[in-house]
Amino acid sequence: MSSRFVTTLLAVSIFSFMLGMNAWADNEFYEFETAAQERQFNTLAGELRCPKCQNQTIADSDAPLAQDMRERVYQMIMEGKSNAEIIDFMKVRYGDFVHYRPPINKSTLILWLAPLAVIIIGALAVWFNVRHQRSASAELTPEEEARMDEMFAKTDKAEERDK
Amino acid sequence: MSVKTRTLVLLTPLVLFLLLAIFLFKGLFSDPTKLDSALIGREVPSFELPDLYQPDVTHNQEIVGGRPMLINVWATWCPTCYAEHTFLNQLLAEEDVYIIGLNYKDDSRGAAVRWLQDLGDPYAINLFDFTGLLALDLGVYGAPETFVVDAEGIIRYRHVGDLNERVWRTEVGPVYYRAMQESGLEIPEHRMELVE
Repeated sequence: MSSRFVTTLLAVSIFSFMLGMNAWADNEFYEFETAAQERQFNTLAGELRCPKCQNQTIADSDAPLAQDMRERVYQMIMEGKSNAEIIDFMKVRYGDFVHYRPPINKSTLILWLAPLAVIIIGALAVWFNVRHQRSASAELTPEEEARMDEMFAKTDKAEERDK
Repeated sequence: MSVKTRTLVLLTPLVLFLLLAIFLFKGLFSDPTKLDSALIGREVPSFELPDLYQPDVTHNQEIVGGRPMLINVWATWCPTCYAEHTFLNQLLAEEDVYIIGLNYKDDSRGAAVRWLQDLGDPYAINLFDFTGLLALDLGVYGAPETFVVDAEGIIRYRHVGDLNERVWRTEVGPVYYRAMQESGLEIPEHRMELVE
């Protein structure tokens, strides 16, 4: 295989990969009046979940439903709707599930509090352990003290021998 | 620390682990594609859609309500809809169930009309939602889906997936016939058990 052939092959495959990445940008082209609108569109498309594909945002997904939702988001942005209004619009139709940031309510409270609880429990455990070790080392029983003296005496002797 | 508290503290991670294991194990059997409809208890959103057979005739939200009915979302590209179709025909023939058909983003009007001519048309009214406009307002994310709407035009129930005898008997039928009972409409003899 000539090196030129390999280079061409590589270029073609990289190029086709890039085409794939822009799959939905090809047949859908949204024109915005301001850069702020475009930013708003990109933010929302990255925050709304495609209910059909479930683990993809509507920016990620090429499902027909995601296309429809992008189209609707685009229309509402052009009408001057705010982020909150557009997210609410989608929530009324598809439930809280459609937004990648879950709201704080009864069923999601555990999601928000569990990490905090884990940190607090962990910190308490560390604190408790450290305190326990300190208090334990502070008090030596007479036998322990005698053993320690013995050990010190032994090492002292050993050191003197080495000199 | 006494031996008892020590055992208790040491057991805590095990208990937490078991709880987590139970929670995750239950998750194995939950169906993530079943989403709660946010529209239950709300009115059917307003719309304006052409008739499937006659492109120049349009229908709006006034066709909804006045009596309990089903709104069935279907398309010719949907294999499950094909499986469901026989049951819908049976619902019309045997129980005179009032169904509005919402053809959802079909390949073409012709394909949808051909489908109904070949397989029978169980729908009282046929809506043609080529762009998925009403479907999006209804929170539809696939086909088939079926909504139960009462006489006031309020959505009572949403079923995702095909209708069949089991689903009709256990989930959708009871809601439909309770709405029928409330409006003082007749219920077929063999379905009386669903509202009792």
